[in-house]
Amino acid sequence: MSEYISSDDLDTWECAACGTSLVIGKVMISYLGSAYPVDLLKCPSCGLVLIPEELAMGKMLEVEKSLEDK
Amino acid sequence: MMDQQELRELENRCIQEHAPFCTAACPIHVDVRGMIAAIQQGDFVGGLKILRKTMPFPGIISHICNQPCQLVCKRSEAGDAIAIADLEKACVIWGKGGEPIKALPPKPKRVAVVGGGLSGLTVAYDLARKGYRITIFEEKNILGGKLWDIPFEILPWSVTVNDLEILEELEVEILLNTPLGKVESNGRQDPLAFLCKRYDAVYLGIGADIHEIHGLLLDAQGQIKIDPVTYMTNKEGVFAGGGILNIHDLDIYAPQDISQSEMPPDKQALIEFEKQISSAVSQPPWRPAILSVMDGRRAATSIDRRLQKVSLTAARSNEGAYTTRLYTSMQGITPLPVVPTTDLIRGYSKADAIKEAQRCILCECMECVKVCEYLEHFKGYPKKYIREIYNNLSIVMGTRYSNKLVNSCSLCGLCGEICPEDLDMGRVCKEARQTMVQQKRMPPSAHDFALRDMAFSNSNKFALARNQPGTQSSQYAFFPGCQLCASSPDYVYNIYEYLREQIPHTRTQEVGLILRCCGAPADWAGRLDLFQAAQVEFMDEYERMGQPKLVLACSSCYQVFKNNFPDVEIISLWEIIDQFGLPNDLPRKSNQSNTPLAIHDPCSTRYESHIQESARNILQRLGYAFIELPLNREKTECCSYGGLMWLANPELAEKVTRRRISESPEDYVTYCAMCRDFFVRQGKPTLHLLDLIYGANPQSLAHKPGPGYSQRHENRIHLKRKILKQIWEEDMENGITYENIRLIITPEVQNQLENRLILIEDIQQVIDYAERSGKKLLNKKTNRFLAYHKPGAVTYWVEYTPEGNSYVVYKAYSHRMEIREGSNQ
Repeated sequence: MSEYISSDDLDTWECAACGTSLVIGKVMISYLGSAYPVDLLKCPSCGLVLIPEELAMGKMLEVEKSLEDK
Repeated sequence: MMDQQELRELENRCIQEHAPFCTAACPIHVDVRGMIAAIQQGDFVGGLKILRKTMPFPGIISHICNQPCQLVCKRSEAGDAIAIADLEKACVIWGKGGEPIKALPPKPKRVAVVGGGLSGLTVAYDLARKGYRITIFEEKNILGGKLWDIPFEILPWSVTVNDLEILEELEVEILLNTPLGKVESNGRQDPLAFLCKRYDAVYLGIGADIHEIHGLLLDAQGQIKIDPVTYMTNKEGVFAGGGILNIHDLDIYAPQDISQSEMPPDKQALIEFEKQISSAVSQPPWRPAILSVMDGRRAATSIDRRLQKVSLTAARSNEGAYTTRLYTSMQGITPLPVVPTTDLIRGYSKADAIKEAQRCILCECMECVKVCEYLEHFKGYPKKYIREIYNNLSIVMGTRYSNKLVNSCSLCGLCGEICPEDLDMGRVCKEARQTMVQQKRMPPSAHDFALRDMAFSNSNKFALARNQPGTQSSQYAFFPGCQLCASSPDYVYNIYEYLREQIPHTRTQEVGLILRCCGAPADWAGRLDLFQAAQVEFMDEYERMGQPKLVLACSSCYQVFKNNFPDVEIISLWEIIDQFGLPNDLPRKSNQSNTPLAIHDPCSTRYESHIQESARNILQRLGYAFIELPLNREKTECCSYGGLMWLANPELAEKVTRRRISESPEDYVTYCAMCRDFFVRQGKPTLHLLDLIYGANPQSLAHKPGPGYSQRHENRIHLKRKILKQIWEEDMENGITYENIRLIITPEVQNQLENRLILIEDIQQVIDYAERSGKKLLNKKTNRFLAYHKPGAVTYWVEYTPEGNSYVVYKAYSHRMEIREGSNQ
């Protein structure tokens, strides 16, 4: 799902608590017993992640729906 | 939980798949509807193909069939019955050139057919197509038997010759000039024994004249005795039919020996007419062509089963003519006369055949689908849906395609009311939901929002159960329900005042108040656990208040109490107002318009005619003229709130609402808060009865949209606070910290929140969490913060900036997938 990280986002976000820029990293996301590793932007020190609106309301919603019907 | 047997029973109640009247009345069950549908499209080749599926010699039969199908044709209730045989003829003439008739691969078994009349020819045709090796023994020098006695103006010889050519194509061995006694030239005395030795099965289609055959028992009429179901004689492997069967129902199945155009159109006249014919052809009795074909078909089925070594008797109840259970409404069908045939020899031209076919209404039921957007939306009908739902509940692995089907029904019961067999899809869907919950297969997102709303209403933010100040018990308790309190909190306050003043009561038995949710959302969502928990909580309060009679403003609450609390006395608010009168200090309304209102009955009053009556009485007393909607009272429609359809399938819900509001150009009036709000949201001016009672300027209220989801929570909180303060002189305890977070939200963002079912309190929680923990992201370009928080099952994201002691909210979104935090890799 790395296509969900835009180059724009890379330079845009920083972790407010740690003051560090976000980097691409693997994050596990899960639902109803299924877990997937996804490349997301996250804080390298505290692990706070960024899930952009397009991902949440798009691909993630789609996956949620299909898992709910399994 | 629903079991297979129960589902099967429900499924069988749907009659949509039952045969049309014509097909059921046809002894060989010709798919007349399918054939005519093809002709309607100008597809005569397709029509003939359908005809051939059940009819062995379409040319012959379409010329001589006496058409029992016509006697039951629904079209005869609006014009003449369809000219079915003429349309069959048209398929034979105009449908040539289709695929050749094929037989199954050859089988080694051999069957002897004695007698080349219509029944024997049918046996030969049917079994030859199944791959058996057939020999026909015919005593004359030509096949066809009595067909040659029919005047050629009725059955042209060329038609018979053409139709019988198929037997040669199917490689049937035809021995002409071979009567039963002469099947072998050596003059054997027991020809049947000879046949039985050389063939695996024998069919005797020898007519009524030959009475004695060595080895076969006779019946009382002196004919060969056969089993009425299998047509097997007393000799294993020997079957008989056709002319030996003296018919008992000649009055209906008399042969047709007169041209179609001379047929009297009236059904009774037709029967009389048939009787006359039957007496005219009494010597010898003539078994109608279609029955001879049926005999052959029945015997062929038995022979095939015998040679395949399967049961001869199993599942044969629907062979021959029967009465179908199908229901077809003739409402709105314009009467049309039969299209006459202009060419006496060839019958219909293509164009006329299509014109005649277009008179056919293609009988089906679909009564429920016609009135329900939901049933229409999934492009099927209850029988199909119930099968899908059953499969959905049975799947162990794989995708459950019918979850949406189960969860989209409003459970309103209209289909059950309309259905000639009382089949209620709402009941099926509700039980299926309960099963899905028990199996832990209910999609969590389907009803979550409404269940959280219910939890909110039964939390101390809203829930309240009090006797009237200064009293120890209540004779009545006002139970306004959660949604009226959310839509119109002021009215609730006013009504409670009205009830305390206007209901006659003694000093010790007064009017209490219960604010909470009745549990309908849990009931609709199949969450028996949550429903029962709410029931227990309610009963505690109810007992504590001295078992008051509940005054219910919401008819969904009314159904919940009626169906689940048999000992709790209930009365609708509308009955109370009808009985005790309008509020005394009712201000005179200005601008009362002369245009009538159209009254919409909430679907939960479907069988509560007393409530419906009271609502109408109140309207009259208020001086409002009103009209009835085409579907009203026990046939009323749901606004789409019922059964949580609006949540499980918002697109469909919108269609349902739009359908209902388009049924009259007048403004609507109703007595359910959700119906009103749903209608207004789709642009239909709609008033609540309470708008007419308490609203200062009712006309303007008809356009006023209901509050958004967050405001509905706010309204409930404020109502409780106001009531506690003004009636019990108490202050409500302060809310939780995050509730004090002040937000600045533009109408555009507010709209986005509504669509995404995100509440103000969800946003407050995210900001509260982010600000207290520091866990937030900063957009360096916009200087806005983005934070997330998961207070329950859903993770909410909010983009915001602090502004003074408030926060400006730019956007919010949510997801249900969980982020495994700390998953650094």
